[in-house]
Amino acid sequence: MNYLIRFSQSHETFRLPEIQSLALIEGIDMKVIFYSLESPFCVVNLPSPDAAARLIRRSILAMSIHELWGSGPDLSAVHAAVQATTRHLWSRYMICSFKFTIDSYQGSRSAEDKVRIINSFAYLGFAGPIQMRRPDEEFILFEDWEFNSTPLGIPDPKYYYFGRYLASGARDLPKKLDLKKRRYISTTSMDAELALVTANLVLAVPGKVIYDPFVGTGSFPIACAQFGALTFGSDIDGRSIRGDEKKRTLRANFEQYGLLAGLGGMFTADLTNSPIRRAELRYDGDGVTGRLFDGIVCDPPYGVREGLRVLGVRDPEKCPWVIPKGKEMYKNPDFIPPRKPYSFLAMLDSILQFSAQTLVDNGRLSFWMPTANDQNQEIPVPKHPYLEIVSVCTQTFNKWSRRLITYRRIPDREVDQEAMKAREEMKPVGKTADELNPFRKAYFSKFEPVDGGFNDAP
Amino acid sequence: MKVLTLNFLSCAVKSCKSSSDSFPLHPKDAELVSDDVELNQQLLVNLLPRIDWNALRTTSTELGFPQLPEQPPTAEELQADAKMLKDLHTLLMETQINEGKLVCGHCGHEYAVREGIANFLLPSHLV
Ligand SMILES: [Zn+2]
Repeated sequence: MNYLIRFSQSHETFRLPEIQSLALIEGIDMKVIFYSLESPFCVVNLPSPDAAARLIRRSILAMSIHELWGSGPDLSAVHAAVQATTRHLWSRYMICSFKFTIDSYQGSRSAEDKVRIINSFAYLGFAGPIQMRRPDEEFILFEDWEFNSTPLGIPDPKYYYFGRYLASGARDLPKKLDLKKRRYISTTSMDAELALVTANLVLAVPGKVIYDPFVGTGSFPIACAQFGALTFGSDIDGRSIRGDEKKRTLRANFEQYGLLAGLGGMFTADLTNSPIRRAELRYDGDGVTGRLFDGIVCDPPYGVREGLRVLGVRDPEKCPWVIPKGKEMYKNPDFIPPRKPYSFLAMLDSILQFSAQTLVDNGRLSFWMPTANDQNQEIPVPKHPYLEIVSVCTQTFNKWSRRLITYRRIPDREVDQEAMKAREEMKPVGKTADELNPFRKAYFSKFEPVDGGFNDAP
Repeated sequence: MKVLTLNFLSCAVKSCKSSSDSFPLHPKDAELVSDDVELNQQLLVNLLPRIDWNALRTTSTELGFPQLPEQPPTAEELQADAKMLKDLHTLLMETQINEGKLVCGHCGHEYAVREGIANFLLPSHLV
């Protein structure tokens, strides 16, 4: 049977990848019948009402799901569909309490109109009590109106869907994890809604192990732990994990939400010198050795303000005293090792390489990256022969966007070995922060087109 | 950090990666604390194939826990063995290393653990 998903009309490009991830998590065979970025209504085919409820129980972007009884461009088409396909269902709802409502998207109806429309469904023959609070069943007629329909005086919606309410999504979770009420956050903490969506895309479930190599104050591990996963994280800046070492710490956030069971371990580390145990990729690998994670999730530092940094010295010839000084000092607990600027693209590539080495077969990498809106400056989606792109979601701001890119770790035997050899022959170049970071450069040249003469602006 | 974390971490120094002595790191002056965590059988079964059993035996002994059997249980054996489940749960999930050091058996580098957070940043001469 077909079911209607009522989405919120926001984060449009994230909605379908989220629902498809949830179908995978729940092991539900789902076929998308209708989906459009411009509409909050989506029609899917599912095996049962129970599957429908499971499908969206942890969805952040789906508001509700409904058994679809009929749809069409006008009311008579809806009535014809309901009468043709659902007659066998009507008797089930003869005596229960019920409620009948109209949900008009981008439009409105007078009270008189509503009564008239509801009464046109009288042939269903429901004889139970009408109950506005907690009825046994709720029937909703959804109307999809043109944008601005009221001022334009458009008399009728462009499409109708009629169905029986089954279940709601997890719209309460973003409230529970709201940053405004979280003990410890920073300017780079991911908002709760998108952190939870990311946790859905990376397939965080009880019993699975998720790692965030740029953990910050823990937004992603917290969202993943909320869904029952065991989480690990690291950051080159240990202060972000420690916080004030009292009440405002990453651990305190887990405590606040009662998620300590999902806190595996957090440590200070640099992805380019990671202590995580892993095996080198082998073209003829047996596919098992040393792969620890079901999911890797991260929002790497954009490097807009200070540029990306990893461990090392930029020009050892220019300041030869740095390395011997480090040799003397490094055992001091307050010693902070030198860092050098690092290429944004090289960092993305390090994340992909690390993920290929540490994700189990079909494990997922979901990471955020910024890009300019201008096509000439757009940063291509990074690729790796061991990782297949599952989805690319985009959140658009005024002059730039950020993308959530999700990959699947493909089994070794399916990897294109020629592509892997070609990859190993490429080496990144550049030393200054701007050379190394096309996004930072575009950001500081205010995203003017490259041929507009602004590309050398500070 | 949960003791499980130790089974995921080797020495961060690149030239140590090829040496079997760089894993597992050896706890030194370790102060352990215990969290009360509900036993999750599914999680332990999922973790089993990823755990390096020999390394875990070493860690268990070094932290003063009972000796683990020489061979890891199969998933079926683990599910049927309530005591083994409980022991692994206590060691991997409930026990935390709060303070101390983690020492590489190959290069001798000591990684400090403070308030449960280990520091794997390397000085430049080791990068
Ligand atoms: Zn070492």
